[in-house]
Amino acid sequence: MTSTLPPKTNRIGLTLADYKGSPSTLCDGCGHDAITAQIMKACYEVGINPHMVAKLSGIGCSSKTPAYFLSSAHGFNSVHGRMPSVATGASLANKQLHLLAVSGDGDTASIGLGQFCHIVRRNVPMVYVVENNGVYGLTKGQFSATSEKGAKLKTGVQNPLQSIDLCSLAIELGCGFVARSFAGDPKQLVALLKAAMSHNGTAIIDVVSPCVTFNNHEGATRSYKYAKEHEEPLHELGFVGFYEQITVDYEPGSVQEVAMHDGSKITLRKTEHDYDPRDRAKAIATVHKANQDRHFLTGLLYVDESNTPFTEVVNVVDQPLATLPQDRVRPPKSALDEIMKTLM
Amino acid sequence: MKTLAADSAQKLDQGNIINDFCIQVATVNGSGSQSSNSVLMRSIFQMGVPVSGKNLFPSNIAGLPTWFNIRVNKDGWIARRRENDILVAMNPQTGVEDVKGLRPGAVCISPVELSLDKVRSDVRHYQVPFGQLAAETTENIKLRKLVTNMIYVGVIAELLNIEQSEIEKAIRSQFEGKTKVIDLNLNAYNKGRQWATENLKKEDPYFVERLDKTSGKIIIDGNSAAAIGCMFAGVTVVAWYPITPSSSLCESLSDYMHEYRVDADGKATYAIVQAEDEIAAIGMALGAGWAGARSMTSTSGPGISLMGEFAGLGYFAEIPTVIFDVQRVGPSTGMPTRTHQADLMSTYLLSHGDTKHIILLPGSVEECYSLALAAFDLAERFQTPVFVLSDLDLRMNNWMADPFKYPETPMDRGKVLNAEQLEKAGKFERYRDIDGDGIPYRTIPGTDHKLAAYFTRGSGHNEKALYTERPDDYVNLMNRLDHKYQTARKYVPKPELHENKKAKVGVIAFGSSHPAILESLHELQTSNLEASYLRLRALPFTEELRAFVEKHEHVYVVEQNRDAQLRDLIRLELPDLATKLRSVRHFDGLPLDAKSVTDAILEQER
Repeated sequence: MTSTLPPKTNRIGLTLADYKGSPSTLCDGCGHDAITAQIMKACYEVGINPHMVAKLSGIGCSSKTPAYFLSSAHGFNSVHGRMPSVATGASLANKQLHLLAVSGDGDTASIGLGQFCHIVRRNVPMVYVVENNGVYGLTKGQFSATSEKGAKLKTGVQNPLQSIDLCSLAIELGCGFVARSFAGDPKQLVALLKAAMSHNGTAIIDVVSPCVTFNNHEGATRSYKYAKEHEEPLHELGFVGFYEQITVDYEPGSVQEVAMHDGSKITLRKTEHDYDPRDRAKAIATVHKANQDRHFLTGLLYVDESNTPFTEVVNVVDQPLATLPQDRVRPPKSALDEIMKTLM
Repeated sequence: MKTLAADSAQKLDQGNIINDFCIQVATVNGSGSQSSNSVLMRSIFQMGVPVSGKNLFPSNIAGLPTWFNIRVNKDGWIARRRENDILVAMNPQTGVEDVKGLRPGAVCISPVELSLDKVRSDVRHYQVPFGQLAAETTENIKLRKLVTNMIYVGVIAELLNIEQSEIEKAIRSQFEGKTKVIDLNLNAYNKGRQWATENLKKEDPYFVERLDKTSGKIIIDGNSAAAIGCMFAGVTVVAWYPITPSSSLCESLSDYMHEYRVDADGKATYAIVQAEDEIAAIGMALGAGWAGARSMTSTSGPGISLMGEFAGLGYFAEIPTVIFDVQRVGPSTGMPTRTHQADLMSTYLLSHGDTKHIILLPGSVEECYSLALAAFDLAERFQTPVFVLSDLDLRMNNWMADPFKYPETPMDRGKVLNAEQLEKAGKFERYRDIDGDGIPYRTIPGTDHKLAAYFTRGSGHNEKALYTERPDDYVNLMNRLDHKYQTARKYVPKPELHENKKAKVGVIAFGSSHPAILESLHELQTSNLEASYLRLRALPFTEELRAFVEKHEHVYVVEQNRDAQLRDLIRLELPDLATKLRSVRHFDGLPLDAKSVTDAILEQER
């Protein structure tokens, strides 16, 4: 006789399967699918209620992925490069929603660079994942603006232009949560995703996600091989949710803790890098230096929990604006009469 | 006290022209003349005399010529009139040109140092030492330019015999609460009036006399009227990007919302965002509409062009929002401060692919208010972007109107299923036409039910909102969207019919053309041409259009664009009646006047 154990559930009683989506239609081995898996895992582990999540994306391979996770969350695959504005509107309509956005390097660093800057400037509360592979996949492998100078296409064509680094740009723009990770480093990625979900503002995670079809060859700087060989984690990352009763003893000085606004903690165990992600100037300098030296630094690059999220800036009522009843949004007749009187 | 004007009125009794004339004030923009012109207009309004004001201004902050036209008309004709009776020529740059444009016998009030009497001797000149009077009013050199404007108000008030108390009241209301400013302006005004009493001999026939035709009425511009409509429509998310001539809609809305839509604890039941561009503005509006909020954006032609891609997404993915287009002259940057109706065709079909939108066409400030209310209901009922198309003339100029009526019907939030309804239905397919009207049901994010979620996309999708490239799925979807559009014909505001039983000729127009058309019908009648008039208020067209065209031998479609866009849309709608349609176009950027319409129709009737 065999006995089957009941499936494991999270703190709200859901199984990992409850966070699944439709089957992926991306190429086998695509880095994006690895990220999708970690998004599901992070949502499951954090115990987020899927119906309170809004999945958002623009256009491109990466932007297709919200269909592949959290089927029981509303999703919106919008237009190329303009996901941030759609997200801003959704956030204002219902500030109780958790916004989970996926974009790509084409969608964010080229056509959508303006909206990327402005969502960071507004600090709309959301997790914004850039699945960064350095090429346009759906249009068959043109360079994107994040591709390194000198990187080679399969055809041998070399990229003659400098790349746009989304992380240093986000830090420069005042983003309160900026991280870089790698699709091939699930442990770090899931911790970063969970930490980002605790951040009360725009959280940018730039994830190097190899395109197995167009950018995984010799000479490509976004291949699995290249990234594996060059990844340098700034720290060993852990995340302790506010709902977890875990105390860990660390050797003094070996671990740095970052307190998130909801009571969760990020733990950063030191590697050979002695890095404090709360120092903005140092963060920018570190990323610049790494880019110059072609080091692929990953981890939490910058965190600042003090920025006011946009929903607080506009100071809207606690209930979602979307479902306020008529008597809250249509002033009484006396108000109209009063206005008319001033115009007579 | 016997005033100069009253005295002259007795002398000139015969041939006096009372409450029927046009004043044009020519100034330099940025000189602060707007307040003075408002005071002048408002004081005439307060005397019960129908009046309208039009600001013809350049796309510039300071230093370029600007004209303000005030029409005083006892019969209530409030359209622009081409000829002016009284010119206040304050602008040295345009003074000569302005005087040359007057008809013989007209009046010119001007600074004495411009010597405009040398330009025309067949005009009645009143030359005023404005510089000297301004210097006597204030020692502050910086303020002299400003007080000069109120001095000319004093001179005009004296010449036209506008009641002292009404001017004072208008000044107090213009600068409400600012005692020092009120005092300064009252002084300047009195200085002008006093000087005129003592020094001018009334030599013209124009007078304002008290009537009772404006009591209970309001004066408002179309953008403010629309803002009030949006607030009472219950809008909650507003995103916009500054652009003339639409900016004042959202700015005015922001003021009203701050006053009436903030809870006692200081929290707002709305969010207004100044976006980084028009693309982001419509993106935010659609994101909010998708998430269940009543949302809107406001822009002008260049913004509409930028919004094209998102407009198509809104149409195809079926997301409600309201988009105000306050038209200005295009193409390209065009003439940003001039009025037009040339976005009709491009907005109707905005975006690539088979796309067509619901468009509302307010024809008065009352309708700027009431159709704003209607737009939000229609957007949510039809789950689609609804455009409200008006223009600079209607939106930025001040118009008389009856006070707006409080909405009689509750907000129509459309077919939105909540958790309870989903449970009862046991099934949910986002894009299935259950009711046979082409309008599916939707859910909003945050609905706590396992059936609620669906995936919104601008790519091919089937009734279950799943990705598809199947030819039959695509055809089904497009046919249903068309069916939905046909359903809208029964819901959009019907045209307003001004029927003349004797008429063999019809006139069709929309928007700000309305006052000029009404006046033109009157003029045509005096030229023995009886005409009926149908004012369209929406696209898609309703059945009244066919009935109207069928009933008349031929129909003039009057519009403010070069290409006869509305005429062509009607041709497409009624191909069998296409030969009945004639066109009257006015597209120089100035508000439409009755005479242009009358002349064009009579010319074609010959």
